[in-house]
Amino acid sequence: MILFYVFAAVAVGASLLVIAQRNPIYSVLLLIASFGALSGLYVMLEAPFVAVIQIVVYAGAIMVLFLFVVMLLNAPHEETEADERRHILLRSGPLRFGAFLAVVLASELGWALTQGGESGAFAGGATTSVAAIGRSLFTDYAFAFEVTSVLILVAMVGAVVLAHREKA
Amino acid sequence: MPTLNHYLLLSAVLFAIGTAGVFVRRNLITILLSIEIMLNAVNLTFVAFGRAMGSADGQIIVFFVMTVAAAEAAIGLAIVIALFRHRESLNPDMFTQLKW
Repeated sequence: MILFYVFAAVAVGASLLVIAQRNPIYSVLLLIASFGALSGLYVMLEAPFVAVIQIVVYAGAIMVLFLFVVMLLNAPHEETEADERRHILLRSGPLRFGAFLAVVLASELGWALTQGGESGAFAGGATTSVAAIGRSLFTDYAFAFEVTSVLILVAMVGAVVLAHREKA
Repeated sequence: MPTLNHYLLLSAVLFAIGTAGVFVRRNLITILLSIEIMLNAVNLTFVAFGRAMGSADGQIIVFFVMTVAAAEAAIGLAIVIALFRHRESLNPDMFTQLKW
């Protein structure tokens, strides 16, 4: 239980700092810390496969891609505007609406979950093995798996086309 | 032991943080990072429900979400690079025209 609170605190704290940082490089590094905490939570949920690909694919590949782009673009800092000092909920326009929406979402979900009554304790199940996941992936979800490979190919070609510098 | 509700509450908090980030920040890279936070909150929900129902399907959906997130990150960052070449800025308020 203590372990859960430690991981949850790290995940929430790092995510909040991602939002609060001005420098995008710190944001990316803090998000990697948040993903590490989430990976620990996956281990506690008896899902070692997801925990490993969370580290290898998310923290290792996707976040490094972000880091490359941040450094390639020379990480311009966000411009501080005059109304940046004022509290978000007091500002005009979409900022106030968005912040209000986030607060409402969090409080609504918290309320709904505390009203549940049943505590929803997990049954003492076995760890999902990688073999079971692989078997399911290549039988029941074989079509989705193949479509995913096409999606990745399209994304790769699209990224190359979009980022290609045209000779002007 | 933490129960299903604990995980769902944590996931709700993370999703709200991601939502707030998308609306509040004025930096395209940070907005993409906030979307990643939201995707991870949803992944946590999938794994927690899969554990509660004793099936591996939740983890397989997480696998697909991660591949889509990788594709989204690659395309999104390519668009960010292309936009940055035009305007030398990452502020989304600079890109309000469809054509220039």
